[in-house]
Amino acid sequence: MFQKVMSAGLWGIDGFLVSVEADVHDGLPGFAMTGNLSQETKEAQERVRVAMKNGDFALPPKKITVNLSPADVRKDGTAYDLAVAAAVLGALGLLKTDGLEGAMLIGELGLDGRVKPVRGVLSLVFAAREGKLARCFLPKENALEGSMVEDVEIIPVASLKELAAILRGDKGAGGPPLFSKGQERPYAVDFSELNGQPLLRRATEVAVAGRHNILYIGPAGAGKTMAAKRIPTIMPAMSWEESIQTSKIYSVCGLLPADTPMLTRRPFRSPHHTITATALAGGGAVPKPGEISLASGGVLFLDELPEFSGKAIEILRQPLEDRTVTISRLHGSCIFPADTMVAAAMNPCPCGFYPDRTRCTCTGRQIKRYIGKVSRPILDRIDITVEASPVPFEELRGQGDNESSAAIRERVIRVQQLQKERFTGTKLLFNSEMGTKEIGRYCRLNGPEEAYLEQVYKEKKLSVRGCNKILKVARTIADLDGKEDIRKIHLYEAVGYRSLEEKYW
Amino acid sequence: MEKRHMAAGMVRTDKRDKDRPDGGGTDSSRMDRDRPAADSKDGKKRERERAVLYWLLHVPSLGPVTIGRMRRCAGDIASLYNIEGIQWEELGILKERQRVCWDQAKKSTGKIMEEYHSLAGRGIRFITILDEDYPKRLKVLADAPIGLYVRGRLPKEESPALAIIGSRNATRYGLEVARCFGRELAKEGIQIVSGLAAGIDGAGHQGALEGKGRTFGILGCGIDICYPRENYGLYERMLADGGILSEYPLGEPPKASNFPIRNRIISGLSDGILVVEAREKSGSLITVGSGLEQGKEIFAIPGRLTDPGSAGCNRLIREGAALVSSPGDILEELGMRWEKKLTLHEKNEKGLAKKEKMVYSFIDLQPKHLEEIVRQSGIPLSECMMILLDLELKGFIVRTGGNHYEKKL
Repeated sequence: MFQKVMSAGLWGIDGFLVSVEADVHDGLPGFAMTGNLSQETKEAQERVRVAMKNGDFALPPKKITVNLSPADVRKDGTAYDLAVAAAVLGALGLLKTDGLEGAMLIGELGLDGRVKPVRGVLSLVFAAREGKLARCFLPKENALEGSMVEDVEIIPVASLKELAAILRGDKGAGGPPLFSKGQERPYAVDFSELNGQPLLRRATEVAVAGRHNILYIGPAGAGKTMAAKRIPTIMPAMSWEESIQTSKIYSVCGLLPADTPMLTRRPFRSPHHTITATALAGGGAVPKPGEISLASGGVLFLDELPEFSGKAIEILRQPLEDRTVTISRLHGSCIFPADTMVAAAMNPCPCGFYPDRTRCTCTGRQIKRYIGKVSRPILDRIDITVEASPVPFEELRGQGDNESSAAIRERVIRVQQLQKERFTGTKLLFNSEMGTKEIGRYCRLNGPEEAYLEQVYKEKKLSVRGCNKILKVARTIADLDGKEDIRKIHLYEAVGYRSLEEKYW
Repeated sequence: MEKRHMAAGMVRTDKRDKDRPDGGGTDSSRMDRDRPAADSKDGKKRERERAVLYWLLHVPSLGPVTIGRMRRCAGDIASLYNIEGIQWEELGILKERQRVCWDQAKKSTGKIMEEYHSLAGRGIRFITILDEDYPKRLKVLADAPIGLYVRGRLPKEESPALAIIGSRNATRYGLEVARCFGRELAKEGIQIVSGLAAGIDGAGHQGALEGKGRTFGILGCGIDICYPRENYGLYERMLADGGILSEYPLGEPPKASNFPIRNRIISGLSDGILVVEAREKSGSLITVGSGLEQGKEIFAIPGRLTDPGSAGCNRLIREGAALVSSPGDILEELGMRWEKKLTLHEKNEKGLAKKEKMVYSFIDLQPKHLEEIVRQSGIPLSECMMILLDLELKGFIVRTGGNHYEKKL
């Protein structure tokens, strides 16, 4: 007897359909699985056999062959268990198979026959919808996540026995938990908690408005991390597509919270500085997304920037430019989104107090060595550098009337809308993405401003890249100001945010 | 008298003639090209002496004083080389450790001489205490270096020279002051001497170059080594507008023990010593010490009482150093006429807009953060940033670090 059921596997953050074929025939009793399977996938046969026994299904002494097709694609993970069990039971005639037509089965089996949750369900169910499958049997715990996909019926299954009962019609599918497109959940932090620090606030606002990467420099406790953590709160709310995209990544990594599978808050990722290049950009034999993809749509915060390994930072170059990470493997390449804004923070010197010479004890050489550790390529991609000052006591204790995230966000949304209109018909979305051609077109200066820029360029010995950065930031500042032309005040403020690439000390 | 006789009697001839400093193939003519032509016998003797002195510099643990004693004992410098180490030890002039060095140096004579003859090709001059152009200011010192490696020029004998020294780990204020003094004094024709170290030293040289004057760096390592490395740009420019001097053989690493010794040359070459920022225990005070022995004028820039970085300066003032509050004070002390009143007062604020003046008044000689300026002046952030950049471009202030600003002198 032969039985075929559908399941799905993961490649990158996308799912692909896998048909699980089982055949039972006479011969030496045995259980064989084929289809380019990894160790844990192959072990399904043991789990399935014992789970069937414990589920009161008698396994006759026959030769069982299971093939996962397409057979030339590497398959890993344990999500095929349920499909393998269903196919074998169907082939043995122990299961009513009508309900399996046009259905996908996903889930790991325990020895007691229980169906356990797996990762990446969101992507797998999307694959089902694309494959025109109408139903999905999912582990109970994953049902809510799966139900985010429209047009696919989700049937939660708790055990192998329950699956059989549902298929027999003895038990109605336990009404799918409803997923409703909820409101954006409020962030736990808000900019109103940041007292004083006008420069830090302003620079952050400019950075977010034009999606410029930003570097905070300052002594410990100056509010660098505090400001960075609040960046997502002033970004525009996530669209449905962005939400799904980000949720998919988290789902694949098994990081999605079970109770709220839909991510509506922009991610804020703050990897420790000992992180490896692979963990940052993604990788592995079966590629998994790294921190930069997990931060997609939100903020990747690199605290203690000079401490990051050069290799790890170096690997960020291409993703920051392309907004995607491409990882190539023998079996093909996969593309992860990396649409993230980078915020970085560092101390001005090893002890953290420079240029306050009454407290800083570092020698010039120590400071230089410390700054020198920051890799050039990453500095090239940071448009705004801002120095945070220590917070004076009055501001620390004062219950200042600080502007809230919501107010800042309104301005950011307006400016981002402006950029959207400006760049219609191009691939660009933000001012920070402008190349030389676009800068020439959208950052045109009037006569006097041109003269100012020339003076700054000569006096400050700017590089061409440094000059372009200033123009891009000046464009964003002018946008925030609601001005079509870049004025002197915008230009000079942008110069104030110029980066470390010039001599810092 | 007797001793000298003995030594002379014991002279042995070295068989390897060509390896000797005075031996065969010297191209003394090339070395002496720019020297006034002496009669050939005299010139040969002089050349031989120079070579022996060069060789002597490569015997570690021999100082100018020991060499002086050896010279008195051997009668003249050229024959000094021929005396074996064991004889020096018997004479009680060399200790055993020094004797070992002597013998080792003798073995590498060939290499040393090869280096000696390659100097001219490498743009390095070697002048000895016997030479005409040896700085007169140094000649009178008891421990005058017997030879000097020189790149670029030598200080002019007739122009006054001032050493600007101080902490390597100086404040921005200190650097700014050193630079300003270097610049203003160089404009008046004073030569600025210092150690080409990080911090005050470098700032003093820098200022002198800005003032289009002459400036000289005395190294504590071989003249072919630039230490610290970040001063390489300065080193290069000083070759053109001044000179670099060292008493150490080529390739000598910057050992900590070398620096206090070279400090006597810094003080020796100068007519006065200006200490800008020095801690209570500072290497600069060693220079001051040797300067006092040599009878030089000592100047010090006063610092705040609470500032440990200036404690050394304040102590010098208490002990009698001249308190300096403007470059003019030094000119006067060095007996120079000066018409222009040189002060360190604030720049002329004329030509500044009202708001610029206001912002400028909030800026100090200590770095001040932009937010503090905004807080104190009450001017909105963006406008404040614009005004600050204007002031910066006009040369009134400097931006230090990221968003700190301070007054420029």
